[in-house]
Amino acid sequence: MPHHTFFKFIWPSALTMLVFIALPIISITIQSFYIDHEQVLVTVENCGPFGCKEVTKVDVEATRALSEQKPLGKFNGFGTYTNRNHLAFSHISEAWNAAPNLGYFIGEVLNLPFYKALSFTLTYTFIVTPCVIILGFCIALCVNRLPSIFKGPTIFVSLLPMIITPLIGSLVLFWMIDAEGIIGSFLKIIFDDPSLSLKASPTLTWIMLIVYGIWHHAPFAFVVFYAGLQTVPKDTLESAMIDGASKWEQTRYVVVPHLMPLVVFISLIQLMDNFRVFEPIVGFNAQASATSLSWLIYNDFRSGDGAMLFGSAAATSILTIIGVSILLTPIIVRTWQSSKPAVRG
Amino acid sequence: MNKASPNWLNFLSISFLVLWLVLACVPFLWTFWGSFKVQADFFSKQDWQNAIFGIRTLVETGSSFTTDGYEGAWIQEGFWKAALNTAIVTLSVVAISLTLGTLGGYALARSGFRYAFWILIAALIFRAMPHITLVSGYLLPFFELGLWGHLSTTIIVLVAINQPFTLWMLHSFFLSIPKDLDESAMVDGCTRFQAFRHVIIPVMWPGVITTGLFSFLLAYNDFAITALLLTEENQTMVPKIASFLGSTQEQGNVMFAVAAVVSATAPLFVLVMFFQRQIVSGLTAGAVKG
Repeated sequence: MPHHTFFKFIWPSALTMLVFIALPIISITIQSFYIDHEQVLVTVENCGPFGCKEVTKVDVEATRALSEQKPLGKFNGFGTYTNRNHLAFSHISEAWNAAPNLGYFIGEVLNLPFYKALSFTLTYTFIVTPCVIILGFCIALCVNRLPSIFKGPTIFVSLLPMIITPLIGSLVLFWMIDAEGIIGSFLKIIFDDPSLSLKASPTLTWIMLIVYGIWHHAPFAFVVFYAGLQTVPKDTLESAMIDGASKWEQTRYVVVPHLMPLVVFISLIQLMDNFRVFEPIVGFNAQASATSLSWLIYNDFRSGDGAMLFGSAAATSILTIIGVSILLTPIIVRTWQSSKPAVRG
Repeated sequence: MNKASPNWLNFLSISFLVLWLVLACVPFLWTFWGSFKVQADFFSKQDWQNAIFGIRTLVETGSSFTTDGYEGAWIQEGFWKAALNTAIVTLSVVAISLTLGTLGGYALARSGFRYAFWILIAALIFRAMPHITLVSGYLLPFFELGLWGHLSTTIIVLVAINQPFTLWMLHSFFLSIPKDLDESAMVDGCTRFQAFRHVIIPVMWPGVITTGLFSFLLAYNDFAITALLLTEENQTMVPKIASFLGSTQEQGNVMFAVAAVVSATAPLFVLVMFFQRQIVSGLTAGAVKG
């Protein structure tokens, strides 16, 4: 296809991506170097019956005029990146010098908002992703053994957790594990502890969010593996069977190697999606014990007094994007190397 | 069932599957059933069985089923408006992103130049951007330009965020349509666009429907973008439900949220019921060719 025809076909799509995905990345890069204006203070002399006093006041007019003139705020360099809410270098070195032992130091660091969010985001990503792959694979193997009349309904039910809106899915589970909901009250009976509440304990909250994540994403891995199972070469399976391979050996040495490319694909998508974990934290109302990088950004826009912390959100966004890049580089490089010959055509 | 395998294996696989199916559908059935009860039953302090039999519901409303939650959500809290907004947003997003996506995906599949590959890689990288980081890039410019809060702004943003995925999927779908088809039309004197219009469009619907389903899911399920880019009166269903949660203190409000959640889930159920085959084949296409 000649270049100009190609361009005619692709420009609407390319334009939307440039304007609404590429430009915003540049926009947050710029915003992250700026910080809100400080309020303009004026000193006025207040004279009353007991003499004159100098009073410092906020000049509301001047503050508003300033922020209208320069909506970005004032230049702050890397100040936002290094403050307590982001990388917090000075707090970390302080904690390092003051810490009597490593455990104390780690505890201090994980109290800083950014590192707290990062630790949950990474834990979530690296527990949910492999669990989703394993669970999805097991479901696919089992569904594949079913007689065909049961396959349709089974796939229907299995898809439900995946297509549900994340916020709604987490709300549904949240209501069930509520201390007075069905799972919550069962757990109280099982552990014989009337005060047991999943919401109150940070560890249980983390487990709950991770279980939700696995529940929500497993169907995706299941469907992909199930489709892959349909293409396993029958001849290889049969010859393995004739050679006396057990069910387990057939799975281990024929099926699993055949599905390996799909594992790479699922990990890629899952790492992307799990790293942006956000809705479950809102749905489970879990921010006291678990926050994620995406939630930090959201929170900057929802701070109590209505002021939006653009600089802070932008800095967190940049750090998040750096995190995504680090996470995905190995897989993308691998895919690129293996797909190189195929693309020429 | 596979005759060659031992009984214990069959048993194990069936019980594992049953356990999974229970986990996958009971939360929905439970919430659906509970949405017709009052809060004292849905969150029962005395006995979990109340949520099934509706003891308190009978006392409070005179029947063991009540639609109070639905009435409260749809009429009193104006959930119908949010549902209408959701309909506008999702339908527009699907229509626009499919139009742009088919043109772009077709070009990528037929280009044959190296830059088509780089555009796809760029799209993959764009796909990896967490949506909320992009939102933090939009907010300030949108406020400055007066674009914030409108449905149309949200629609175009969702279309853009949808493009990388749409392009990938339709690109791999168009690769599976033989090149000869449109090339022979061009030999007969069609321009590229006429060939696309008269030869490709009639055969592309299976791929377009599948891609459209996923665009629908993305637009319908979104929370990060709609929650931050829309004014309160323009809110779609998902942020509306989130705002119900903010006011849970008052008695009865939780049931509004439960009813709203069930209402918002219903279209998704219908979707899976009718398009299960397309959803499965769509996920497969991405995996096998992507």
